[in-house]
Amino acid sequence: MSVKSQGQAEQNENSMTSYLAPRVRDIKPSGIRRFFDLASGNKDIITLGVGEPDFITPWHVREACVYSLERGFTSYTSNAGTPELREAIAEYLYNSYEVKYNPKDEILVTVGASEAIDLALRALIVPGDEILVPAPCYISYSPITEVGGGVPVEIETFAKDNFKLKPEQLKAAITPKSKVLILNYPSNPTGGTMSYEDWLPIAKIVEEHDLIVISDEIYSELTYGDKHVSFASIPGMKDRTILVNGFSKAFAMTGWRMGYACGHPDLIYAMLKIHQYTVMCAPVMGQVAALEALKNGLKEKDLMVESYNQRRRLIVQGLRDVGLSCHEPQGAFYAFPSVESTGLSSDEFATRLLVEAKVAAVPGNVFGAGGEGFLRCSYATSVNQISEALHRMGQFIHKLKQG
Amino acid sequence: MKQLSELKLKVLDLLKEDARRDPKLLATLLGVSSEEVAAAIAELEEDHVIVKYATVINSSKLDDEKVTALIEVQITPERGRGFEAIAERIYLFPQVMSVYLMSGAYDLLVEVEGRNLKEVASFVSDKLSPLESVLSTKTHFILKKYKQDGIIFEDPEEDRRLMISP
Repeated sequence: MSVKSQGQAEQNENSMTSYLAPRVRDIKPSGIRRFFDLASGNKDIITLGVGEPDFITPWHVREACVYSLERGFTSYTSNAGTPELREAIAEYLYNSYEVKYNPKDEILVTVGASEAIDLALRALIVPGDEILVPAPCYISYSPITEVGGGVPVEIETFAKDNFKLKPEQLKAAITPKSKVLILNYPSNPTGGTMSYEDWLPIAKIVEEHDLIVISDEIYSELTYGDKHVSFASIPGMKDRTILVNGFSKAFAMTGWRMGYACGHPDLIYAMLKIHQYTVMCAPVMGQVAALEALKNGLKEKDLMVESYNQRRRLIVQGLRDVGLSCHEPQGAFYAFPSVESTGLSSDEFATRLLVEAKVAAVPGNVFGAGGEGFLRCSYATSVNQISEALHRMGQFIHKLKQG
Repeated sequence: MKQLSELKLKVLDLLKEDARRDPKLLATLLGVSSEEVAAAIAELEEDHVIVKYATVINSSKLDDEKVTALIEVQITPERGRGFEAIAERIYLFPQVMSVYLMSGAYDLLVEVEGRNLKEVASFVSDKLSPLESVLSTKTHFILKKYKQDGIIFEDPEEDRRLMISP
């Protein structure tokens, strides 16, 4: 199909879109896409819009992968991932978060945490099921839910609560159709976290209403106050939780696409069935690298976390200094300031900031309920870049106030 | 040697990355007050933990690129003063960039900089070799510097990330 006819696809009665399954055709394009197009190609722009570490995968991890290629590790692995990697994941999760999984039938290595979430939702959703998602939230949960015929129900969380999920808000969203609760703490985009005490009343409601939880803990290593508490470690929750994690954020391995899911053997087996027929197994090179990261990468990870923490302090202080109210994010690598005081919507603010001040950030409204009025600023970029971005934002806001 | 406080160690790490960072920035990054950082730096300077704030230069970018050699030096230590006296006699020459006492096949590793091969060679033959306690020298010229003090000179690891990602 020519570029021209693609552009006209919607009006053109000869277009191919009529062949598409409606549930796919109707997926809304991501709001991030437009900003990507606006920003790309302009070298003067400083970006706070990147949702991945600014570190390159540590050399020892890359080197382990190169060595494995030299030795000829190029074949399929077992569907669930190599036994060595699953054992290392089990040991790591037990040491770090006190959750115990049997590497034989309770751990599945996936192509990124994204595949794990997709598998979990596909394994669980019966069309019409309601899937509860605290928001603002990562952009993919609702679309994947809809593709599976589920109905996403966003639960708004608030800056005044540091974007924690409150039991009364969860309760209010539950209906007889509620089946799954998707959790993502530490949170992208808010940087919010949940403590053991925060989790207890949530766990009680989950039990009362017989919910299954998909807990996306991809940012679990990036916390700056208290250590991360896995939802699966809350008493009684392990069997009803599918724990999703991966190597992207903790070990700066986004492009490797290495994730995993852990849970009750019945649930993991169901996910394994889809996984084996769709992707067969996660790439063997990535699995070798992931194993090296777990065996020898924890110290380097700690250095990266310390570095994020320094930049977190810089950006939160800087955003407050330029006049934006900003809750203190305790995890991930995002600050989520409010731009309400400028009188602009998220989208207007982010667009004008990009065009007039050459700073790219993601408007909060793309992250669903409760995101309007906020801006996601990633601090996974250098101290100098953050300082310059803050300087430009300061001038931009000053100009707004005068204009 | 006294144990440095955690704050001092962190300040050192940050200054090692970029010596021009001011106390206010360091304080924000570390979550402490500017006064605490300034005091820590003052003490580090006082105790000569921080020796100097220097600039790392990639001299291959300069028109008058210098020549650098690493020279293995075997010596007989002086009675009573060990290697210190001879090391001092060597490091006081301004052409000498660094001097290390080594274990193994030779005793001192001396880094010498000159305008050209001839200048370095004549330093070795006129100044270094004639020293009484110097038994032998072996000169290795450096052809290219890839990395120095943890800093990669022509950093190939540029940022390849997309400008915006979820």
